[in-house]
Amino acid sequence: MNYQVNEKGYYGNFGGAYIPEMLYPNVEYLRQHYLEIIYEDGFQGEFHQLLTDYVGRPSPLFLAGQLSERYGTTIFLKREDLNHTGAHKINNTIGQVLLAERLGKKRIIAETGAGQHGVATATVCALKGLECVVYMGEVDIQRQAPNVARMKMMGAKVVPAKSGSKTLKDATNEAMRDWINHPEDTHYIIGSVVGPHPYPDMVARFQSIISAETKKQLKEKTGSENPNYVIACVGGGSNAMGMFYHFLEDEQVQLIAVEAAGKGIYSGHSAATSILGKEGVLHGCRTIFMQTGDGQVVEPYSISAGLDYPGIGPQHAYLQRIGRAKYVSITDDEAMQAGKLCAQLEGIIPAIESAHGLAYLEKMKFFGNETVAICLSGRGDKDLDTYMNYFKW
Amino acid sequence: MNRLNYLFANKQEPILSIYFTAGYPNLNSTLAIAEALEKAGANFIEIGFPFSDPLADGPIIQYSSQKALENGMSLKALFDQLKDLRKRVSIPVVLMGYVNPVFQYGVEAFCDQAAAVGVDGMIIPDLPMEEYQELYQDYFTRNHLSNIFLVTPQTSPERIRQIDALSTGFIYLLSCSATTGKNLQISDETEAYFRRIKEMKLNNPTMVGFGIFDKQSFKMASQYTRGAIIGSAFVRLLAEQDGIERIPEFIRSIRY
Ligand SMILES: Cc1ncc(COP(=O)(O)O)c(C=O)c1O
Repeated sequence: MNYQVNEKGYYGNFGGAYIPEMLYPNVEYLRQHYLEIIYEDGFQGEFHQLLTDYVGRPSPLFLAGQLSERYGTTIFLKREDLNHTGAHKINNTIGQVLLAERLGKKRIIAETGAGQHGVATATVCALKGLECVVYMGEVDIQRQAPNVARMKMMGAKVVPAKSGSKTLKDATNEAMRDWINHPEDTHYIIGSVVGPHPYPDMVARFQSIISAETKKQLKEKTGSENPNYVIACVGGGSNAMGMFYHFLEDEQVQLIAVEAAGKGIYSGHSAATSILGKEGVLHGCRTIFMQTGDGQVVEPYSISAGLDYPGIGPQHAYLQRIGRAKYVSITDDEAMQAGKLCAQLEGIIPAIESAHGLAYLEKMKFFGNETVAICLSGRGDKDLDTYMNYFKW
Repeated sequence: MNRLNYLFANKQEPILSIYFTAGYPNLNSTLAIAEALEKAGANFIEIGFPFSDPLADGPIIQYSSQKALENGMSLKALFDQLKDLRKRVSIPVVLMGYVNPVFQYGVEAFCDQAAAVGVDGMIIPDLPMEEYQELYQDYFTRNHLSNIFLVTPQTSPERIRQIDALSTGFIYLLSCSATTGKNLQISDETEAYFRRIKEMKLNNPTMVGFGIFDKQSFKMASQYTRGAIIGSAFVRLLAEQDGIERIPEFIRSIRY
């Protein structure tokens, strides 16, 4: 079975590049050259050097003893929260900033939800001396204030997106508009496996380091490189795609993608995209997203800014359609409790996004001693205010 | 031949086209605006069908789209309104919008309906040329609908030739790569670009859009092409209390 993009830029029916002509020259150039650029020796050398010396990879695979005991099975946490800047997002921004350099672009734009991708972009731009503009929904600027401060500290300009739900989807619209207006000098670092081809594939490749390492670490720790289950949360789907990537062909490994159900799947305040969504075109690709019968995008909701997106990347839409991965959802309440549990049992405060993945453990039934590898996509420092308010501390 | 082809084949003077968003300022203002535009001397009109996430549009058309949706506009509502189109309006009409509402409606049903009410063409900027050609072209052709493609200063000459070969109405030249609503800054560079396109001697007529907002920008664009399209500047007028009454004055200010 082939789970990767075909030569036309599609995963089954999903993907493609549904973009206005203004974006065509940049996206088409990328399409033609991205593989040759990113697999060139010099690129790979610099990419891996930075992942090691700057990001701090490989990130540990931690045997979570108390969680394992509680659920009666073996649970490993892939510690993307320990990366420089505190989430998996930097794997992608390192790759894309090196790409931007080779494209001769001087100005970088990005959208951000939780602010992790914005911070990771601001970071690599500081590192490389590039101008950086980050679009962020006005609502997210409020709920992820520490990340706004970090971006500013590193010299990025943070521009509020004031349209629609004032969250991630609107920030993405603004970033696309910026790119339309600055096609010559600007590279758009998309932060997830969404957008027009080749972005979903390119971002997945940069993030695939997560599963490459996980396999190796599992082999060392358990003797087998394959666990029974791999779990990751899904906003657009980049940490999940990175965590699934090298397990896709190992059909015996169950892949579980956890979406945000917000206040309940059918509450009208949800981001359970794969249940509530339908096929259509959003942000340049054909995928599954929440929309009305008339094709208008429905505003998502989640307590976690990084999961507050109406769609999923096209490769996820495909994996769901063919049944290779299972798409489930977790409510705000379940995620908050799981975040607290992880903090108190393991001494690790997870990002609320990642806590959605952890929360799914409550719903699983294990047979004998099985192995679970969960992507702990980010740390919870940015979410302390939200946790404090939620638990009324 | 549709009304657009007829217009381009017969009109001598620069062609003025006006864009507005269906269902804005009021749900039912669509036909009244179209009628007023024809009376005032617009040569053809582009009726935008709104989308919640118009990523190629600036603030003015974002706003009109959002209001139109709040007013209850949808493709279904638009086709209902356009039932009487050809009783009231005789100039060519083009529908413009994003591809997702069209997909949900069904591309085939969309084309059939459009032709049934007397629409002459479509501008769907995020429908890729390749997908159009492979999957949808027949629906357009059999309904005599022109599919109109955009060209920007960055579009390569080879791609412009491909677009020319696939076009049946006109080619929509963007004055520069931009979202809608940014007033054109006339520069040597823009003129050189228009001249370069003119010298390509394309089979299809060209019109300039995005950034055309007054008499001077209209005139400048018309020197190199068959005419120009005004969108945001007109939608801004509609935002005003007496906007619809002032349509004749607006058209006069561009033409004379
Ligand atoms: C820690 C963390 N996890 C997950 C996500 C969701 O993004 P994706 O689905 O692309 O991994 C985000 C997004 O901001 C994040 O910050």
